[in-house]
Amino acid sequence: MSRRNGPWALIFHTLFVVFMLAPILVVCVIAFTPEGYLSMPTDGLSLRWFRALWNNPDFVSSFRVSLALGAASASAAAAVSIPAAIAITRCDFPGRGAFLALCMSPLMVPSIVLGVAFLRFFSQIGLSGTLVGLTLSHVILIVPYVLRTIMNSLGSLDAALNNASASLGAARWHTFRRITLPLILPGVASGWILAFITSFDEVTMTIFLAAPETTTLPVRLMLYIEDSIDPLVAAVSTVLIVMALAVMILIDRLFGLDRILTGAPDRDGKP
Amino acid sequence: MTRFLRRLDPAPLLLSLPAGLILGLFLLLPLLATALLSFRSYSLYTGIEPVLELGNYLEIFGDGYFLEIFLRTARIAALATLLTILIGAPEAIILMRMRAPWRGLFLLVALGPLLISVVSRTLGWALLLGSTGVVNTALMAAGLIAEPIRFMYTEWGVTVALAHVLLPFMIISVMTVLQRLDPQVENASHALGAGGVTTFRRVILPQLLPGIFAGSIIVFAMAASAFATPQIIGGRRLKVVATLIYDEYLFSLNWPLGAALALLLFAIVIVVAVGFNRLAESRFARMYG
Amino acid sequence: MTGEDNAAAALLSISGLTKRYGSTTVVDGLALDVAEGEFVSLLGPSGCGKTTTLQMIGGFVRPDGGRIRLGGRDLIATPTSKRGLGMVFQSYALFPHMTAAANVAYGLEVRRTPRGEIAGRVARALDLVGLSAYGDRYPRRMSGGQQQRVALARALVIEPRVLLLDEPLSNLDANLREEMQTELRRIQHRTGTTTVLVTHDQSEAMALSDRIVVMRGGRIEQADTPERVYGRPGNRFVAQFLGKTNLFAARIADGRVSLGDTGWQAPAGAPDGPVTLAVRPEKVRLSQTGLPGRVGERTFQGGRWLVEMDTAHGLVLMETPNYGPPPPREGETVRIGWQDGDLHLLFEGAPA
Repeated sequence: MSRRNGPWALIFHTLFVVFMLAPILVVCVIAFTPEGYLSMPTDGLSLRWFRALWNNPDFVSSFRVSLALGAASASAAAAVSIPAAIAITRCDFPGRGAFLALCMSPLMVPSIVLGVAFLRFFSQIGLSGTLVGLTLSHVILIVPYVLRTIMNSLGSLDAALNNASASLGAARWHTFRRITLPLILPGVASGWILAFITSFDEVTMTIFLAAPETTTLPVRLMLYIEDSIDPLVAAVSTVLIVMALAVMILIDRLFGLDRILTGAPDRDGKP
Repeated sequence: MTRFLRRLDPAPLLLSLPAGLILGLFLLLPLLATALLSFRSYSLYTGIEPVLELGNYLEIFGDGYFLEIFLRTARIAALATLLTILIGAPEAIILMRMRAPWRGLFLLVALGPLLISVVSRTLGWALLLGSTGVVNTALMAAGLIAEPIRFMYTEWGVTVALAHVLLPFMIISVMTVLQRLDPQVENASHALGAGGVTTFRRVILPQLLPGIFAGSIIVFAMAASAFATPQIIGGRRLKVVATLIYDEYLFSLNWPLGAALALLLFAIVIVVAVGFNRLAESRFARMYG
Repeated sequence: MTGEDNAAAALLSISGLTKRYGSTTVVDGLALDVAEGEFVSLLGPSGCGKTTTLQMIGGFVRPDGGRIRLGGRDLIATPTSKRGLGMVFQSYALFPHMTAAANVAYGLEVRRTPRGEIAGRVARALDLVGLSAYGDRYPRRMSGGQQQRVALARALVIEPRVLLLDEPLSNLDANLREEMQTELRRIQHRTGTTTVLVTHDQSEAMALSDRIVVMRGGRIEQADTPERVYGRPGNRFVAQFLGKTNLFAARIADGRVSLGDTGWQAPAGAPDGPVTLAVRPEKVRLSQTGLPGRVGERTFQGGRWLVEMDTAHGLVLMETPNYGPPPPREGETVRIGWQDGDLHLLFEGAPA
């Protein structure tokens, strides 16, 4: 758009930025309080709540669980999504539409419904509270995100490349390994990161499924908050926020954040 | 002949097998089992009884308590959606009109929070507006108010926090539409003699509507089934359907009733989403068909 | 040409128009007068400043200097929406959420034209572009040519003082483009609307315009009727940009232009010394005397032949109608020449 923002637009924009950032910043500031209760750090900054967090075995182990769960489920989701994406974008087979709908359907099911469905199901098949069960549930939750990013990058690939490779005598597997995979790798990587974050932050479904030793960080935080709100939860959240910021900068450097999140074709709408 | 051969091609089957198996087994089966569970009955002494009856649904529809919670959930979701439209649509336009490097920076501000845990974002609101929160403490210290403004355990508190959490989805939705617009269309309107207000009302806004519609469907569906935010801000005192299900499952242990509530919520979300989608399609089909 | 009396007669008068983006000057002190009812084309390669000029007239780009006056009124100080110009955009810029008729009616509604009058004028405008039956169609359901016509009707219905066309035919395929050229010419004749067209397509400019303004680097290279711009180009750039041209390093002496042993009568008053001789390929003919040459490539193009010939003075391109015996074959040795009146002299350095 060629038009510029007027003064009213800029006032609105400023209010918007305050609205978006205020609750996030307040968490980060309160985490540095030297007091034993929730307060703004008026008498200097202190790391006592971060030390308390470091010495809290529950939160530390939950952090490890979340990392492992995120990595495992993102990798598994990518592993099943790559072939599925190729089947959907490159092959014409009966039931293709239905298969795509099935793969995307977890987006339509509210997480709370998935939570109760898995709770019962896993307790019946003996996966209740296990890391395997949690990973399975997270894979299902994040397959749509990974599949969509991989399909996007497959879609932007010239299908003639495949034909060219075949005409040069390459077998299908060879074409995949030498041509297709390297070209969609950025898409796979961005899908993986998106899936990892989604899994790492998931709380609604996981709170139904986690056993004490498999409790993820957001669930641990949630359960703690249900009990009491003290500067420790602010410290945990600050760690989460800083991590998100790091990932954000990483994604922005690698792919452009707006492209990942909006699926936009180009980065800065050049004329 | 080629079509026949393609049918015999085992590749698509093999390629789609892993994803199909996982989703078929671990998504459809549990959902069906939950549907079945919702027709079971439960008592404190005998646990879950293997019967098939409508008892849970009758209880939900017959009890004003449940009805109130469903209505409250709908009200909160609708208001949160409205808030995201009022804030998100103008902001999307403002963002699109920005130039580098500002646009990139503020896109980070607008969309970045999606990468931060919902729990942390909601906690921020509790710390900001809670009775001992930053705003109330400051206002009371300044002598502007005698009593803290109530935010926790109120509907507007849950609504505002939900709008904050879901706002990025509305912005993404509207921006996606904006990116497809021909910038010359705005110029064409000016060239034909229309001023800024007329151009916005008659040319830009109608073209944004599909994006606002799509965003509303996403935001409403997510707000109506949101758990973390209402659990932290509303707690036990201000239940919505999702927190009610949580209590039924983990505290009352009445899983069949919880399953019935979950399926009803699912059904309502689907009906609203599909209904709105139909409406949008019939309204915008001619334009984008 | 740009005297004060002439400017007073002009409907659209531009002087000293300048636009800079950073350190690049896109339009550089451009001066142009357009008379009432005239069809003027701005022609040039991309980046020559033609589109920027049009956008400044339309009010979408703010000039850094100069004046644009419309019937004596200062346009630069007038907001776009009050300029009363009709514009057809390269992308057509139709409102996708409105039918063709609603698109056309929009400009009238914005002007608060009475409802009863709008319907009639919209119908006449759609009829003018041959789309009477398509009023209730949405743009997405129309072909490129139809969208183009709607855009034209939308711009014309407000009865603009000047119609601005920004590469309006560039999105159409070749056949449709020719058809629309004829159509555009017919409509412009019928309405008599003063028109400024921006194009990079020389044949489009020649087919449509009363006057062609050839631009390069933000400046006007030549502004004249299509026949004169083509037949009497002012410099090498214009000669080469419009159609194909054979250029030779020649000499004038004693009233004759000579190329080696061959000579032609020089136009009266041409000074002695080195000169660039320009001849259009269609003026080149086989002859008994003339320059000796060897036939290189020859290309059949349906209505005509293109023949390349190697001569001592460089490659010569000859265009000959597909009439009578076919041109000589590759490798044959021939002599070529042209009439005294068919050569054109450019007084500048020798050709490269």
